[in-house]
Amino acid sequence: MSNRVVITGLGVVAPNGIGVPDFLHAIQNGISGIKFYPEFEELKFNCQVGGFPQFEIEQLHGYISETSLYGLKGKGIAYGIRAALDAWVDAGNEIAGEDTLWDTGCVFGSSVADTDVIKNAINRVDAKESKKLGSRVVEQIMNSGITAYISGRLGLGNRIVNNSAACATGTQSIFMGYEYIKTGTAKRMVVGSCEFVDRYIFGGFDSMRVLSRKYNDEPERASRPMSASAGGFVPGSGAGALILEELEYALARGAKIYGEVVGGSTNSGGQRNGGSMTAPSPVGVVKCIEDAIADAKISTDAIDLVSGHLTATIADKLEIQNWVQALKREGDNFPLVNSLKSMVGHSLSAAGSIEMVAAVLQLKYNFAHPNLNLEDPIPEIVDMIGTNNLPTKKVDREINTIAKANFGFGDVNSCLIISKYKA
Amino acid sequence: MDRKAILNELKKVLAPYTEDKAMLEGINEQTDLIKDLKINSANLVDIIIDAESQYNIEIDFDAAEKMYNVGNCIDVIAEKLNPSA
Repeated sequence: MSNRVVITGLGVVAPNGIGVPDFLHAIQNGISGIKFYPEFEELKFNCQVGGFPQFEIEQLHGYISETSLYGLKGKGIAYGIRAALDAWVDAGNEIAGEDTLWDTGCVFGSSVADTDVIKNAINRVDAKESKKLGSRVVEQIMNSGITAYISGRLGLGNRIVNNSAACATGTQSIFMGYEYIKTGTAKRMVVGSCEFVDRYIFGGFDSMRVLSRKYNDEPERASRPMSASAGGFVPGSGAGALILEELEYALARGAKIYGEVVGGSTNSGGQRNGGSMTAPSPVGVVKCIEDAIADAKISTDAIDLVSGHLTATIADKLEIQNWVQALKREGDNFPLVNSLKSMVGHSLSAAGSIEMVAAVLQLKYNFAHPNLNLEDPIPEIVDMIGTNNLPTKKVDREINTIAKANFGFGDVNSCLIISKYKA
Repeated sequence: MDRKAILNELKKVLAPYTEDKAMLEGINEQTDLIKDLKINSANLVDIIIDAESQYNIEIDFDAAEKMYNVGNCIDVIAEKLNPSA
């Protein structure tokens, strides 16, 4: 069985916009969500800028019951609930029904459970006050907290999975949902990912010296994918969510269709052939992209836009080289390339799903969003693909097919191909 | 603090845990926390923690197990507030 899978709903909590209309406006106009945070200066971090959504848990009033909201402290979970429920409603669905929806599931990923919640538990327990922790800690420190909240609110009864594949998580969760529908396991899937990077996670990356540190006084210039003056990524937070639906199911209920997931792949380079815990194997990356294209049964010439992983580290150059090899296109013949991270930073597990929401919007509205801070592209990248395909301003052009990929620690890769829906 | 005063205070403790504010307003000693107020059974421990802080008392496990309706809650709280009674 091979069902077609369409995208019928979107939701997003991003550093430069919450909800699809604000986020669309931000990515069309190149609005940065990166800011300086005095807390990080105080903590003596090298990187003192970040991308955090302007979102507080109290903004979930109306999304979940008041009793459930009371006691919710996990920000990553809160971002995820907001994005997933927005996507659900965007797809034309009602939130609360009495019945279990056996044909609908959820794959929603995250990297770490909320460390603020964990910290509270550690402090209480160490102070011999475990009795005061209450009933709401466990559900928020378990990784599957996010899927538990979403599926419980919506009454989902099909596959419920919390996936985790570092920075490849978001694209992987969408791929998994796509597979469940394609193979007939589910009719509909709520897919996406969320992340809240707090000071403890931030500190770990800061110590690895992979974060931007030269632009603390110019935050909007700090996230510089593919730029010769880039010096590391800018941590971010947020969530992205999509509703995937079997085509006939969506048509039968007259749903609006943003586009179609036509192919995808997720794999690992096995930490061989140049791959390691922290670096992707070029062999694995190229294979992942090639497998996604084969699954989509398209020619690489059909790809109009590459939504890259492109974090603003030394890996950017290698990533472009991998795309060139996998697509067998170069110079001016290479597709447009952009990195949402230039506006919002790198939100780890949430990156793939937020970037996928951006990709779907570019597909629907026919544009490629600008790459901020790309006034000085890396010369080796220019040698490979020229500069005409590295937009620094919004490009209005018909976009029919987009390739989207993310690569994560542990040498895990995920790639998706989306196209405009054609009957 | 008499039983009526404790009941009125108890309404504040229970408020975050029930969606049915009208039912909460009209509670009496027979009101069942789970069946009538539709409180999630897992939240009973949160109610006990909040009651301990509200009345500045300690409620042990054995006493806590008795607290399934409003009357039982008042019994336990009243006893802790005034052990000699």
